[in-house]
Amino acid sequence: MRDFLIHNSQDNVGVAVRDVKSGENLAGETIDKSNGRKLTAHQDIPLGHKIALKDFKVGDTVIKYGEDIGKVVAQIRAGEHVHIHNLKTKRW
Amino acid sequence: MEAPRIKGYRRENGRVGVRNHVIILPVDDISNAAAEAVGRVIEGTLALPHAYGRLQFGEDLELFFRTMIGIGANPNVAAAIVIGIEPGWTDRIVQGIAKTGKPVAGFSIERSGDLKTIAAASRKALEFVQWASELQREECSMSDLYVSVKCGESDTTTGLASCPTVGNVVDRLIEIKGTASFGETSELTGGEHVVKAKAATPEIGEQFMKVYNEYNEFILQNKVNDLSESQPTKGNIRGGLTTIEEKAFGNIEKLGKRTKFVGVLKPAEAPSGKGLWFMDTSSAAAEALTLWAASGAVLHLFPTGQGNIIGNPVMPVVKLSGNPLTCSTMSEHIDLDVSGILTGEMDFDQAGDRLQELMARTANGRLTASEALGHREFVMTKLYRSA
Repeated sequence: MRDFLIHNSQDNVGVAVRDVKSGENLAGETIDKSNGRKLTAHQDIPLGHKIALKDFKVGDTVIKYGEDIGKVVAQIRAGEHVHIHNLKTKRW
Repeated sequence: MEAPRIKGYRRENGRVGVRNHVIILPVDDISNAAAEAVGRVIEGTLALPHAYGRLQFGEDLELFFRTMIGIGANPNVAAAIVIGIEPGWTDRIVQGIAKTGKPVAGFSIERSGDLKTIAAASRKALEFVQWASELQREECSMSDLYVSVKCGESDTTTGLASCPTVGNVVDRLIEIKGTASFGETSELTGGEHVVKAKAATPEIGEQFMKVYNEYNEFILQNKVNDLSESQPTKGNIRGGLTTIEEKAFGNIEKLGKRTKFVGVLKPAEAPSGKGLWFMDTSSAAAEALTLWAASGAVLHLFPTGQGNIIGNPVMPVVKLSGNPLTCSTMSEHIDLDVSGILTGEMDFDQAGDRLQELMARTANGRLTASEALGHREFVMTKLYRSA
């Protein structure tokens, strides 16, 4: 049973595939099942929401699908929730 | 791969439809009442009221006629009654639909009034419905179908599960020489370089970028903030999508892994050949699906995450979701549950098999969830204010 999925092995965020509670030890893998990853959640992550796979500082780029999906606007630690409070579009 | 067989309605011009509607099409907003009255009087007709149709000009007027004529010409439509306030534009739409060879008749209200118009149009509609009710489905190929694809109320599960399932089926459809179309110009933002690279030739890639850049310029000129409540939508955000770029990469999964697109269409423009086509559309579901129906699409594949409940009056909309919460709390809206992809119980080929089978059953006449629930959203795209 996996707790989160990763689109691409280049990605620095994963997606929770169930509601995750802070403190839980999680197992994730890439969608093609080629790479596995273990991680402890440091915040609650709802189903479908992103979890940081590494520490980020302001100005870093978040990679998902192996592509740039926006810039970090508040510090994020590995295992924390990545969403509108700490990630913004670079486009609009 | 051999193309699956389906049973459809082969129309006078050789195109294949999967439904057999007799539509009552108002030319303009003030003719809705008469059109809806005919729809109530004659069983088996389908009135298509809309909030538009007076004093348009220029490109917006051209789009209006393309949409009206295209809806009447759609192979899912057996015959059409057109009702307008005056005979000029009414007849232009009638003549456009008549090019398909299908039965079509126009009625105008000025110098008759609603009641005489309703009586005359109802008498014609009765004739059309009885004629259409004797038409038989015949064996056709899935490659005869023109299928459109667009997602809505996306979340991260659409990019993980339902959009790549549609992409899997798009690859199959194009391999059997079928026709498909994608669009949602604004929702490709951040991934436009990936879409450009999927063009069949560099020239087609440049045509796509020109259309994309024009739409993006329009957004940049009119925006008052970072659009963070419009794109992504509140529903997208609730489902875990954060930025337009992230939304775009999920969206693009629908294009398939192997398929290249062969051309760029204006809104509501019919493809001129087989293959996958890009159409310039809004990302709002009702507007975009109406444009595809007007371009001749006979079936739509609609991945959703949080549960967009859209339907279309003339084109069945097959809805699939990979979000287990949506599949359980909104099950009456979801035709295919692919949440097994998230848990690892289903792979993309298995999900594609299920979707292809459901497409064939839908083409053969099975009602989709949105058809059974009466979702008939018909929304004209308006480019700017009328004169």
